[in-house]
Amino acid sequence: MSRNILRNTQYAILLLLIAFGFVTAVLAQGPTPSDDDVNKIAKQLFCPVCESTPLDVCPTEACRQWRELIREMLADGKSEAEIKQYFVEHFGARVLNEPPNRFASYAVPAVAFLLGAIMLFRGFQMWMKPSKADIAPVGGSGVPESEAKPILQDDYIARLEEEVRKQK
Amino acid sequence: MIAQFGFGVLVVTFLVTLYSVFAAVFGEYKKSPSLVESARRAMLLTWPLLTLTAGVLIYLLVNDHYEVQFVYEVTSRSMPTYLKVTAWWGGQAGSLLFWSWLMSAFTSLVTFRKWDRDREFLPWVIVVAGVTMAFFLGMNVFFENPFAQLYQTFEGVAAYTFQPANSIPFPPPQDGRGLNPLLRHPGMIIHPPMLYLGFVSFVVPYAFALAALITGRTDDRWIRLTRRWTLWAWLFLSFGLVLGGRWAYDVLGWGGYWGWDPVEIAAFMPWLTGTAFLHSVMIQEKRGMFKTWNMLLIILTYALVIFGTFLTRSGVLSSVHAFAQSAIGPLFFIFIGLTLITSVALLIHRWDSLRGETEIKSMLSREALFLLNNLLFMSILVVCFWGVIRPLLTELSADTICKWYPVAQNYLTCQKITVGPPYYELANSPLFAILVLLMAAAPLSSWGLTSITKFGKVNKIAMASILMAPVIPTAIWWDQLRFEFGNWTTTIIVLMIVEVILAFLYLFRGAMWQATIGASLVTALAFATYTHNIIALIAFFLVALVLLVTLRELYRAANARAQAQDENFLVALWRLVERNRRRYGGYIIHISMMLMAVGILGIEIFQVETQGRVAAGEKINLANYTIEYREIASWDDNPKGVNYTRAVVDIYENGIYLGELHPRKDYYFESQQPMSIPGQYATLKDDLYVLLVDWEPASMEGATFKVYVNPLVNWLWLGSLLFLVGIIIAAWPEKDPERITVRAGRRVQETSAADD
Repeated sequence: MSRNILRNTQYAILLLLIAFGFVTAVLAQGPTPSDDDVNKIAKQLFCPVCESTPLDVCPTEACRQWRELIREMLADGKSEAEIKQYFVEHFGARVLNEPPNRFASYAVPAVAFLLGAIMLFRGFQMWMKPSKADIAPVGGSGVPESEAKPILQDDYIARLEEEVRKQK
Repeated sequence: MIAQFGFGVLVVTFLVTLYSVFAAVFGEYKKSPSLVESARRAMLLTWPLLTLTAGVLIYLLVNDHYEVQFVYEVTSRSMPTYLKVTAWWGGQAGSLLFWSWLMSAFTSLVTFRKWDRDREFLPWVIVVAGVTMAFFLGMNVFFENPFAQLYQTFEGVAAYTFQPANSIPFPPPQDGRGLNPLLRHPGMIIHPPMLYLGFVSFVVPYAFALAALITGRTDDRWIRLTRRWTLWAWLFLSFGLVLGGRWAYDVLGWGGYWGWDPVEIAAFMPWLTGTAFLHSVMIQEKRGMFKTWNMLLIILTYALVIFGTFLTRSGVLSSVHAFAQSAIGPLFFIFIGLTLITSVALLIHRWDSLRGETEIKSMLSREALFLLNNLLFMSILVVCFWGVIRPLLTELSADTICKWYPVAQNYLTCQKITVGPPYYELANSPLFAILVLLMAAAPLSSWGLTSITKFGKVNKIAMASILMAPVIPTAIWWDQLRFEFGNWTTTIIVLMIVEVILAFLYLFRGAMWQATIGASLVTALAFATYTHNIIALIAFFLVALVLLVTLRELYRAANARAQAQDENFLVALWRLVERNRRRYGGYIIHISMMLMAVGILGIEIFQVETQGRVAAGEKINLANYTIEYREIASWDDNPKGVNYTRAVVDIYENGIYLGELHPRKDYYFESQQPMSIPGQYATLKDDLYVLLVDWEPASMEGATFKVYVNPLVNWLWLGSLLFLVGIIIAAWPEKDPERITVRAGRRVQETSAADD
């Protein structure tokens, strides 16, 4: 008798567990993900077999199946990061539209810009040091002449410079 | 027979080009003007010869000679004649020949000019242009012969230039494969020629620069001689890029115009250095400075032109292995390396003679701002170059270092990666923002002596407090801002841009305060009526600032002239622009750039999209628009070899009926390729862009539509039209000022002699 009770209790627990698992799975699935939900992730991935084609616009049958795979994974409750990770594991990092190593991406242009800026700044310092500052502007100016206030005050030097330039 | 004739003429052209190069070198070496003249005439002969070659190829294309492999691959009987002609540049071999043909046209034009005063440049210009052309012709003659015919051998059917032993001519196929449907769009018919025109015309200033380096005549003569060439080259390249964008928008069905694809970037990189060069040469002309830098820029532009062609033609983008196996890839690589090393060696050789004649007097002078502009263009170039070559490097390292030394896997990316739009957008946007800021200053700065005093003295306390202003709220609302921008990198970048703008406005406050107030009002209006997105507001402020400063300067100058000359305002404006085309053409280009920026901002920041499957009578809502699926029809157009599936959708804005759109799916039988043609409803406010999604079945029961609303995008196309006007004004040939000067000089001499 007690053995029967025990067995029945075991069956009941098993049934309860199965029922609980089923309900959890149904609850986790929720509504079918929309095309927009799929495209939001597909946009961040490239077609694994075509050249430079984002997955959300790729017209091939293979890409259509991959988009369906994203839909299924979303329905299974997978997160965006998990889905992207799945694609990376199966097709390599080339499917991501942004490479995984962000530092390597941005460090090179940032260093190049900084180096350029430092060189330019040093150049300015070098060019401006022997500040003779005193030759009248050459060529056209974007500002009407009446507005441009010449730094040069000494009329004599101005005339001298003018003469030298004429002789050249 | 005709194909062999075409190939024969091609070989003769190749030999004539080689002769021209050698005759020019020996003529110069032996000091023999007649030999140099012979080289010049040989170079002039290349264009008619190549035109004849091209004529033969077009004849074969138009008359369906499918025994020729190239004709078989790019045409079909169903294609209209004009498409058969344009199929010339629709494949590898033909496009290389097209490159050479354009190059010969430009070289002939250059050698045709009078050389009286620049005789020493002539042989070297011929050599540089000739070597470039011989390289491309050599590709056609030895590796990519457009006249190769199909033969049946024991090993199968293949294309050969000459009939191999033990083979028979393969019976011509009944029909060809036809041009890739994507390339049949009008934009794609004009886009490659424009791009190629831009590419080859940049060879001309490069040839003159190298001639200057070789001869040692390193003054700015070479720049003056090639000024218009450079502007026209820039025009073609710019317009080629814009047309490519329009083509992508209309045909690719991505809802956008630019995807930061390596092929697009390949054409964008020479544009960047070319634009930097255009600005930088003005400093050399006006102030005699940066001669070395200008040389370097034009050398780089040439290298990038060849590099761009290499990227698109060698197959290197699909994989490094494809490049190694392709016939032309390694040769391209060697050619780029050799020309770059030679050019830089020559530059180093002449380093001393390229010293500047004056110094920079102020950090706010026009030359200083132009240098800053150059720094920004070069930085954008580095961003693009790194983005393009990084996938190649990772693929290469995965196959080499990572295999040889497994420990390297800890430090290197040991698998091929893709660099997509997020990288380019984040890395380039601050650089573009500062470039726009510089455009605002362009009309206000002047050559030489513009000093801070002119714009108001710098009060360090005022400056510091202005710079601190955005830091305090940022510190308080750091978390919210970080949330709004997604991450701390973007937050810091935005903050830095705001700081640079504030510092800049403070420095230029004397000349820019009215425009600053105007731009602030525009931004406030945008905030109240359009968007609260802070990046968009900063961008709108910058665009408004540039537009107001530039328009104000145009108005002021025209008004001053109208009063001084007692002219009507419009007449005064016309004459003002006519008298100084480069400056005012430049202003118009800046204005057009800002209109284009409005379009780019609109689509980049405010684009919204949705996709859904609907049955007839059902609706999709997006932004203020509603589209209602009405009906669908499908039919074959057998003569054209296409199946059309065309949907009819009604569109409404806020419930008001606007009309109907016809998004389409075209399926090309020959190439088995689908194409999505969007239905577009375009206004200055936005574009409603409806695609019939071509990978889903479509019937009355249900069809899948992808709908985009692209705000402000049409300003991009309007801006590009104004851009064209601006460049044409700047590049339009003027009366040769030298001749006028020479004539005036002669008169002065005559007078002096009489006086004596």
